[in-house]
Parts: sequence; C-alpha cells; structure tokens
Amino acid sequence: MKPNLILHVVAKFLIPLIILFALYVQFHGDFGPGGGFQAGVIFSAALILYSLVFGLDAAEQIIPPQWLRILAALGVVIYAGVGVITLLLGGNYLDYSLLGSSQIAGQHLGILLVELGVGITVAAVMLIIFFAFAGRGRT
Amino acid sequence: MDFFVGHYNYWVVIFLMLVGLYTVISRGNLIKKIIGLNIFQVSVFFLYISMGTVEGGAAPIIAEGVKLYSNPLPHVLILTAIVVGVATTALALALVVRIKESYGTIEEDEIHDLDHSL
Amino acid sequence: MGNNISLLLVVIPLIAAPVVAVLPRGRLPWAVALLVTSLCAVLAGMQLWAVLYDGVISYELGGWAPPWGIEYRIDAVNAFVALIVAAIAAITLPYALLSVEQEIPEEKIPLFYSALLLCLTGLLGITQTGDIFNVFVFLEISALSSYALISLGRERQALTSAYQYLIMGTIGATFFLIGVGLIYSQTGTLNMQDMATILPGVAHLKTVDTGFAFIMIGIALKLALFPLHLWLPNAYTYAPSVVTVFLAATATKVAVYVMLRILFTVFPHSFALATPAEELFIMAGIASIIVASTYAIYQVDVKKLLAYSSVAQIGYMALGIGFASATGVTAALIHLFNHALMKGALFMAVGAIIYRIGACRMDQIHGLGRAMPWTFGAIVIGGLSLIGVPGTAGFISKWYLVSAALEQEAWISVAVILFGSLLAVVYMGKLIEALYFKPATDSEKEVTEAPLLLLAPTWVLVFANIYFGLDTNLTVGLAETAAATLGVVNP
Repeated sequence: MKPNLILHVVAKFLIPLIILFALYVQFHGDFGPGGGFQAGVIFSAALILYSLVFGLDAAEQIIPPQWLRILAALGVVIYAGVGVITLLLGGNYLDYSLLGSSQIAGQHLGILLVELGVGITVAAVMLIIFFAFAGRGRT
Repeated sequence: MDFFVGHYNYWVVIFLMLVGLYTVISRGNLIKKIIGLNIFQVSVFFLYISMGTVEGGAAPIIAEGVKLYSNPLPHVLILTAIVVGVATTALALALVVRIKESYGTIEEDEIHDLDHSL
Repeated sequence: MGNNISLLLVVIPLIAAPVVAVLPRGRLPWAVALLVTSLCAVLAGMQLWAVLYDGVISYELGGWAPPWGIEYRIDAVNAFVALIVAAIAAITLPYALLSVEQEIPEEKIPLFYSALLLCLTGLLGITQTGDIFNVFVFLEISALSSYALISLGRERQALTSAYQYLIMGTIGATFFLIGVGLIYSQTGTLNMQDMATILPGVAHLKTVDTGFAFIMIGIALKLALFPLHLWLPNAYTYAPSVVTVFLAATATKVAVYVMLRILFTVFPHSFALATPAEELFIMAGIASIIVASTYAIYQVDVKKLLAYSSVAQIGYMALGIGFASATGVTAALIHLFNHALMKGALFMAVGAIIYRIGACRMDQIHGLGRAMPWTFGAIVIGGLSLIGVPGTAGFISKWYLVSAALEQEAWISVAVILFGSLLAVVYMGKLIEALYFKPATDSEKEVTEAPLLLLAPTWVLVFANIYFGLDTNLTVGLAETAAATLGVVNP
C-alpha cells in the first residue's frame, strides 16, 4: 500500500480526538446522553480508522486479536460481576444502591462500572467483527 | 388531509417497512436481502422513536425550567434493538462470506441449482 | 437466597458463556459447560418446587419495583418450561463431548460451547422474565446463537440453512417487536402482568388488534407453525447433531410458552376469542399434521424425516392451544414435555449413527440396526412414543389431545389426530425397515455399537419416555396446574 501523506497526517490528528471523545461519552454518560454502547463504538471507530490508513498488520500490533477476545469476555464479566457483588451484599441483582455509602453514591458507582463493562465489550466486539471481515482471505 | 399529515411519521414507517420486506422477499442476491432486512428493522426503530416524542418536550434530562420531557423509554428500547440489529447483520454478512467461499456465488437461484438448498 | 434461584438460572450461563469462550482448547470448556448446565437443571428443579409450594416468585432486577423495573415473574407455567429446557441441556451435554469432538473443528470447540451456553441463557431468560421487551431480547440472544451453532454443521448446506433461518427468524422477531411497540403505545407499560390489567380497557382499539396480530405472526414464525415452518427442516437437518438435539427439544417449546403466555395471560380471554386466532390455530395445526407428516414419509435423509415430524408435532400443540380449553392447553403442555423427550431421544440416536458412519441417508443405514442394537432400540422406542403407542409418553399426550377434541365435539380434529398417528407409523416404519430389515451393504460390516457416552444420555431419555408413559401423575399434574395458572377453563 502506498502511504498517503494527507491521510496519515489527518488520521494522526483525528485519532486522539476520537478516543478522547469516546472517553468523554463513556464517563459523562451518567450526567447526559452517552454511555457504554456509544463510547465503545466511537472508540473502535478510532482503531478502525487507524487500520484503514496504516494497514491491518499495524493495527493488529496495537491490539492483538487474542486480547480482543479476552477483553470482550472481560466486559461481560465486569457487568455480570457487579450484579453478583450486589447479590453478595444482600441486595437484588444489579441493585447499585448497596455499592456506595449513600444510595446516590452507590447508583453512581454501579452505573459507571456497568457502562465500563459494556463499553469494553462493545469496543472489542466491533473490532473483532472488523478484523474478522477485513482479515478474511488475506493469508 | 389532517389524517395524512398528522400521521406523517406512520406513513414513513409503513413505506420503509414495505420496501424492506419486499426487498427481502423479491431479491435473489443474499446481500440485497440483508439490506432489505436492515431497512425493515430501521422502520421499526422509527416507529418506536417517533412514538416516544412529546410535542414541545425537551430531552429527558432534568434541568431547571423544563416541565415537559419526551418519553425516554422507547429510545432505550431501540438502543437495545439496534445492538441486536448490528449483531444480526454481522452474523448474516459472515454467513454470506462463507457461502461465497463454498459455493462461489451469492445468487439464490444459482445456489439452488448447485444443491437445492435455498 | 430463595428468590435468587430464578435470577441465577439466567445469570450463571450468562457469565459462563464468555468465560468458556476464552478457555484453552481441550476438554475444559466442555467440563465447565457440563457443570453449568447441571447446576441450572438443579436450580430449575428447585425453582419449580418453590413455585408449587410457595406460590408465584417475583424478582425485581436492580431493586426497581415493577411495572417500572424489569421483573422476573415465575409461576407454574414458566417454572415447568424452564425445567424442561434446563434438564434437556443437562442431558445433552454428556452426549456432546464425543459428538462435538468429531463434528466441530478443534479450534472452534470453546466457541461452540460458549454459543450453546448463550443459547441456553436466552431460552431460560424467555421463560423467566415478566417483561415483554425482555422476551424479545432473550429471543434474539437464543436465536442469534442458534444461527451460529447451525452454521457449524459439516456440510455446506448448513450455511445456507443458517442464513435462511436468520432471515426468517429476524423477520419473526421484528414482527414481534412491532406488535410490542403498538401495544406499548396504548398501554404505556412493558410488564406483562401490568399489561394484563390495562389491556381490557383499551382492547377495543384497532391498534391493539394490529399489535396482537403482529405478535402472533412473529411468534408463529419462531414456532415454525405451518405454513411458516420453511426454515425448520433444513436447519435441523444440517446442524451438528448436538445442536439438533438441543434445539429440537427446547427452542420451539419455549416459543410455544411465549404463545401461551401472550394469548392467555397478557390478553384478556374474551379478546382472543373475539379474534379468529383460535380457529387459525386449529386450521394451522390440522394442516401441519397432515402436510408435514406426509412430507416426512418421502424424505431420504433421516434427520430431515424427523425434522418434518417435528413440524407435525408442533401442529398437535397448536391444536391444543386452539381448543382454548383447560384440557386443550393441558394437552399442549403435556405434549410439549413429551415431545422434548421423544425427539431428544430420536435425534440423539440418529446422532449416534452419524458418529459411527458419518451420514444418515436412508440408503446408507441399511442393516445398521443389527450392528448397533442399543441405538436401534432407542429409535424403536422413541418411534413408538412418537406414534403414541400405549405405555409410552406419546400416548398420554395424544390421549389428552383427543379428549380435548371430543369435549368440543371437534370430530375433524379427532380424525386428524388419529390419522396423524397412522402417518407416523408409516414414516417410522420406513426408518425401522431400512435399519433392520434391509440387507447390509458390505462396507458397513465393521460398524460397531456407539460409545457408552452417547448411548447413556439417549437411554436416559428413552427410559423417561417409558416412565412418563406409565406414571402420569407428575406430567399431567404439572400441566394441569400450569393450565390453571394461565386461567383457562373448560367452556
């Protein structure tokens, strides 16, 4: 692939911003519109842009596909794990109120953790899908 | 006249729904079927979201001076349905890739000629 | 902790699925899946026990009270269906080890078990939840994982049948979603119990009629009710043996449950009676018994023969629902249980043949019955149960179905049920003839009996077929309680 200077420069400029925006959407999700789904997709968009511009091999060096599989599983486990912790604290499944000192603090922490799990899984799964299609028939 | 203009969102939904369903049924190309399926699903997303709108209502975030909010629940439901739709599309496309690899074609009638399976 | 059972039933396989996906190759994924399914079966049994003795279980997810939060609401009906699903999963897993090692490429085995557990999560979730949108989500979880599972079959037709199932299944699920949306727009609630209290007040609206129709068509597609069954025969035929066993015994059963729940719990009885739904069920049931059984006779592939027979059996359940009487619904629920037993046993036995000779076309299995006597025995007893010979589980369901039809003086239905049994004699007879009475071809001389690990689960189901044919207290009692819970009464 012939490197294209404009694409390289623009991508290098944009990718940090996209990731920053993804993190904003992720962690601001409990005050305004946002959350794990959207953040995960935006985050994976940054990496997909990277692999479109710099090639699949370069992208796979940043995040090896084996990691992605573990990350995708990890996200689900974080989400379900929060539920199990609330169960162990004596409440109902995903009853966040028990997680913090006050009800509001608990709800806050709970939704943050669950959305983190969602975000990790969504980002990882989007990348797995992309790599699976893009890498097919390459070797 | 009011009946048509007042329910314009439903007309859009019905149009998209029929376009999508017709595409799924009438096209022989497996990818076009998936596109039809997506249009069909999106029409349902529209149905839900337009239903949740309250005229003059603000986005459902608590703020001072805002009395009327839109119903956020349909949006949340559709967020889930969109995720389901993405998963379905990804899986369908993956199947089409593998069908192409083992049959060498993605036309329904050609596949049928090969081993009567579609 | 008592109430947490209903929740753990969904959460345990949900957590196990991603964990299994990242486990190393080898037998560890299978062992974890076996542990999880057995645990689920035990929990489902405990849940049924708790429901029968302490009444309805209600579990509020996240501590949000219904109708705002999602509620898991378990009465005798869901507890019964959940037990069927979990128990079949637990019996399928020991069977899976050898069959999967032979049929699935080694690197995909962890993902295979992961998808199987996700499918179980979805199916159990449908039975547990009291929220109608949640039903849609779990329906899609189970459906998506079953498309993936079916596509893992050895032949390339597995891909096209998975694709076909995906298109039809998604249309079905989307129809369901449209229906739910329309009804939500009139009731403002998604909790099924809450919906049931609000719906009588708005039942006269056209929107509700439309929503009802959409939901019914959507589930009928998932249920493979004739003439919406086209995806089923191919999907069951080309799926890996284990997947066929699991799906044939559980997936359509759960769809029947959703149908019952919506017809009898969510909508008021007078509503369903005012629509032509019942007549349509009876007509679809009659048509599927006759047409699908006739198709079954002409199949050369044994799995396809049994798949068409499954469509016919769904017809029997539809008849039971269509009678809309306590006896009819009881019969449908009994058949739901018994059909899981007999089709489970039959597909397992066919899977054992595939394990030995790698195929199951009629002309390839000539004389195999003599080489594999135990497998053959399982097919014979399973077949007798399918026909409805006294002393097997199939007889009990046919008996209740015929009495329900007699109660309503539906003579045509009675005739069709009996005629359907005759057709079953023909197609099972054809299978048994090929297995036992046709001379064996030379190449199959060295075929030996299937390994114990395949035979044992098969025979557990075969014995269950005989046991529940002789001792009917458990099944009939449960089904009657469940029908009473649904609130159907004899007219």
